Amino acid sequence: MTIRHKRQAYDGIVAVSPASVPYQRFSKEAAHWWIARALRQSITAAALMPGDIDGLTVSSFTLFPDSAVGLTQHLGLSPRWLDDIPMGGACGVAALRRAARAVQSGDANVVACVAGDTNHVDSFRRTLSSFSRFAQDASYPYGAGGPNACFALLTDHYMRQFGATREDFGSICVAQRQNALSNPHAVMKSPLTMDQYLSAREISDPIALFDCVMPVAGAEAFLVMHEEDAQSTGLPYAHIRSTIERHNAFPDDPIQMRGGWEMDVDELYAMAGLKPSDMDLVQTYDDYPVIVMMQLEDLGFCGKGEAPAFVRAHNLTIGGDFPHNTSGGQLSAGQPGAAGGFLGLVEAIRQVTGKAGPTQVPGARNALASGFGMINYDRGLCSGAIILSGSGDD
Amino acid sequence: MTDPLTQPPKKNPQIRTRVPTRPSHFRSRAALGIAAAAAEGRFMLQVCADCGVVQYPPRDACCGCLSVELPWQDVSSTGRLIAETTVRTSTNTYFRERTPWRVGTVRLAIGPSVICHIHGDLAVDDEARIVSLLDKSGQGVLFAVPANATANMEDDPQMREMTCDPKFRRVLITDARNENTPALAKALADAQASMIFIGEAESWRPYPGQQAIHAMANIEVLPLDVTDTRSVAELCGEIGGKTDILINNARFVRPGGITGRDDVVFAREEMEVNYFGLLRLAQAFGPAMRGRGADGDNSAVAWVNMMSVHAWSNSPDYGLFSASSAAALSLSQNLRAELWGGGVRVLNVFTGPTEDEWHQPLPPPKVTPEAIARSMITGLRGGLEDVFVGDVAKDLIERWRVSPKILEREMIETMGTGS
Repeated sequence: MTIRHKRQAYDGIVAVSPASVPYQRFSKEAAHWWIARALRQSITAAALMPGDIDGLTVSSFTLFPDSAVGLTQHLGLSPRWLDDIPMGGACGVAALRRAARAVQSGDANVVACVAGDTNHVDSFRRTLSSFSRFAQDASYPYGAGGPNACFALLTDHYMRQFGATREDFGSICVAQRQNALSNPHAVMKSPLTMDQYLSAREISDPIALFDCVMPVAGAEAFLVMHEEDAQSTGLPYAHIRSTIERHNAFPDDPIQMRGGWEMDVDELYAMAGLKPSDMDLVQTYDDYPVIVMMQLEDLGFCGKGEAPAFVRAHNLTIGGDFPHNTSGGQLSAGQPGAAGGFLGLVEAIRQVTGKAGPTQVPGARNALASGFGMINYDRGLCSGAIILSGSGDD
Repeated sequence: MTDPLTQPPKKNPQIRTRVPTRPSHFRSRAALGIAAAAAEGRFMLQVCADCGVVQYPPRDACCGCLSVELPWQDVSSTGRLIAETTVRTSTNTYFRERTPWRVGTVRLAIGPSVICHIHGDLAVDDEARIVSLLDKSGQGVLFAVPANATANMEDDPQMREMTCDPKFRRVLITDARNENTPALAKALADAQASMIFIGEAESWRPYPGQQAIHAMANIEVLPLDVTDTRSVAELCGEIGGKTDILINNARFVRPGGITGRDDVVFAREEMEVNYFGLLRLAQAFGPAMRGRGADGDNSAVAWVNMMSVHAWSNSPDYGLFSASSAAALSLSQNLRAELWGGGVRVLNVFTGPTEDEWHQPLPPPKVTPEAIARSMITGLRGGLEDVFVGDVAKDLIERWRVSPKILEREMIETMGTGS
């Protein structure tokens, strides 16, 4: 059945009050603790009280045995609209577009979108072994390499198919590390050279240490509300120009070479009335650099297989001609579980509202943030993207 | 080609024996079909009964049409390796101890792509064949091997983790008196077993194969009477720590059902050998083998039971023997569950009537010792759990799978064919 009904724009709905709780490598605290801190930071910055929040989305891998419902009682919230979004790296985009519709329709006035996870010493192993049924049945028994091994297979195939080199992936990682040096909260604090990247310890060939994110504890949040409410409190805000979301795209591809963005990218730019070259910065989901390359291709910045040449031809740092993952991304800031799906989006809200501080891209008004999540078996299933516009630092 | 395995050095008793660890054994119920196929050395996947789409990973509903009719079928195992990686760090202790470990993505000719273990002789873009194997957790996994056999391919370290190859392993055959012992010993010697221990009860009493057995190379005949708990314990004390494969071929069989006998003398003897004999061996050798499941290239790896296929469905002409076999089959499942922790496989070799004096009046086909020996080697090399030798056994298990009740009726029809 073809879609016959035109999508509504998100007119009058804005994202505000981006909040990031500085990450820690390991934490003795629970996910609830991290989520509460991000929520409080975001609500306080908007000069609101917890009781003003009548909508909530929650994304977390480590809340068990709780879900979003349990969290309402734990945190003393009484929302009239609640969503639990278990989409990993795509949860930020999914949360924002759901929240925007809830506010637009009047189901809620102010929706808080939060993602957060703790990271105990044994959390990563436990998460891997029971991540999904297909992972349990058909990937974890094979070397138990976790996402490193799965993305190594995708990387190996991508390199063979398109002639990408380790240096091409390295240029993404090195640029992001340089960006991270401007982000005081980034977990990685020392520069990364190409030589260091290339000679790093092998993890799962062809993936080596600096292709991998470091699991950390952390939380991120933002609020979605009516533009007039943001204006009345003097909050800087970002317009939602367009969003897309897709799951289990191209199931017949023998191995993943593209994500769901490719199915929906035309609509993404058409709805926004913008084109790729209008973007002042791009925040891709960077669990591994090969996925960054797929996003650059599938989101229209270059053709399929051309990302290696693209990253060779462009400067991906804050001051470069293609500012990308300006806070350092997960590769250098750390991967705080589900909050990794918020990291780029929260940074994009800051950028287009001129509030990114040391990582600010001068004059940034339009930003694209994309998400990618859930290696259910052999590929990431969730993809999403969003275009935000702000008035910059005017 | 694969580097040929070399004879493992004699074990240094001062070095700690490595504790067996396992890959993850957690599976959904649907995924257990892979193990069920691997137990018999078959490559099976679910195929939708409504639309024909081949499913992988195993599912509860068809990804093509949402049908829940997904029977397991033997399917083509050919494909091509399209990506590979060598895992160098793992969160699982078993793999962490065995890195580097190669895995890859094989696109099957029948549709799905599978993540699988890959053989050392397989490179990207090569034609591959997928085999289902049981790993050290006892669960089914997919293993990609070259489409055409390569030199020493069975010695691939990852492959040897999944199989029970007798090469360079030390084997105990429990009953020298069984007619099949010379054939079993010869087959194991041909398969390069490094030492073959053979248990012999009542050595003062001669038996047909005695001289042949004692004349074989790399053989050590040792006293063992499986009906005597002390005898079993004594032998285990002597060789329990170096028994890598135990082959229990001890058997007591007499024709006859309930009314064909006036007492329980033979029935008790059948239980004494076929059931309690297995239990005595299991209580002695089981813990010793389970503890040596990860003891290098000649780790403890398999327990083989020679068993009548009538363990599955009673043959009235051998009714009481069948009953003891059924008890032994049930006990072997208990043993499998308890050896699981050490990664030691339990292989049951099921036969129909064997070519020997106690089945003399039965019509052919009957199973020869050589056929049993061949199947045993195949089962060990394939790391199987169930092998059915000969036409009678294969036919019976197929009928059992269709309907045990119908088979029970059919077995009544066989009454008297051997008298």
